[in-house]
Amino acid sequence: MAATYEPIATFTVSTAQSSYTFSSIPQTYTDLYVVISSYEGSSGASLGVQFNGDTGNNYCYTFTYGDGSGGTGSQKGNNAGSIYVGQINGGTVSLLNINNYSNTTTYKNILTRNGATAQSVFTAIGTWQNTNAITSLTISRGGNFTVGSTFTIYGIKAA
Amino acid sequence: MATTYTLIEAQTLSSSQASITLGSGGTIPQIYTDLQLLFSGRSNSSGRVSVAVNISFNGNTSNRSSKTFYASNGTPGSDNFTTNIWTQDGATAASATSSTFSNYSLYVPNYTSSNYKSLSVDSVIENNAANVTIGFTAGLWSNTAAITSITLTPEFGSLIQYTSAYLYGIKNS
Repeated sequence: MAATYEPIATFTVSTAQSSYTFSSIPQTYTDLYVVISSYEGSSGASLGVQFNGDTGNNYCYTFTYGDGSGGTGSQKGNNAGSIYVGQINGGTVSLLNINNYSNTTTYKNILTRNGATAQSVFTAIGTWQNTNAITSLTISRGGNFTVGSTFTIYGIKAA
Repeated sequence: MATTYTLIEAQTLSSSQASITLGSGGTIPQIYTDLQLLFSGRSNSSGRVSVAVNISFNGNTSNRSSKTFYASNGTPGSDNFTTNIWTQDGATAASATSSTFSNYSLYVPNYTSSNYKSLSVDSVIENNAANVTIGFTAGLWSNTAAITSITLTPEFGSLIQYTSAYLYGIKNS
């Protein structure tokens, strides 16, 4: 039986820090899957993703959310410096899907699900307007990730 | 290469019951990093197309909260719960088209840690008629105990025959 779902790397925050980068991502999978678990006890912060260290305004995204009190909304960001993938507020789980990350023909898409129990439930689609293969992925937030936050990246093989 | 996804337990109901528990008696192994529960359910509650499903861990129904974002028939809404982890429209019900069951995925990272436990749920009910729903839920169990069992309970009625649940353990190394 071929292993189709393999852990690539995992990291647990031991000293508060504002970002984490998965570097040297192997080019041997079809898709990537990232799981982030964190907790924010004071106020919310935005969570952003960048690829290959690109800090230019080469990202766009569309998201929709519910705040838990009947309120809902959707917004779009164009020519942004990162892909907005949700908020950290209260207990937070973020799940990121990145398909066909190693091809060098198409722009790269990311599909995200984010749940922040003290703020909102959120889903987004984002695009990195670059045809390069993804070799690193940086997750950042305003303020610092709390100690104990975890980041794990998995590779998925189609065959 | 390590096996990342391992089936811990599978259940398919042979008759109706009030709830479904994975790891009954506290038997979920503590050797994985994350848990994923795939559930497909239908309630026998009459007069309804769907029902919410409540999540509890270790038989404990305290210290829970959740937010749900949903879109039913294309109209979005959201709810906040301060004492429960409700997933809106987590199971179909008696007024739904026959033989339709929900599609439901629960993800719990770091279920053995001594921190509070966060979770994420995606759910959908398709009915080939009105009253269809997608839902996203964020939940928090403010308890530091490791998760040893998971129980899903419909808001109304009982879960009927052929309701199924599959619990997977996920290793990050």
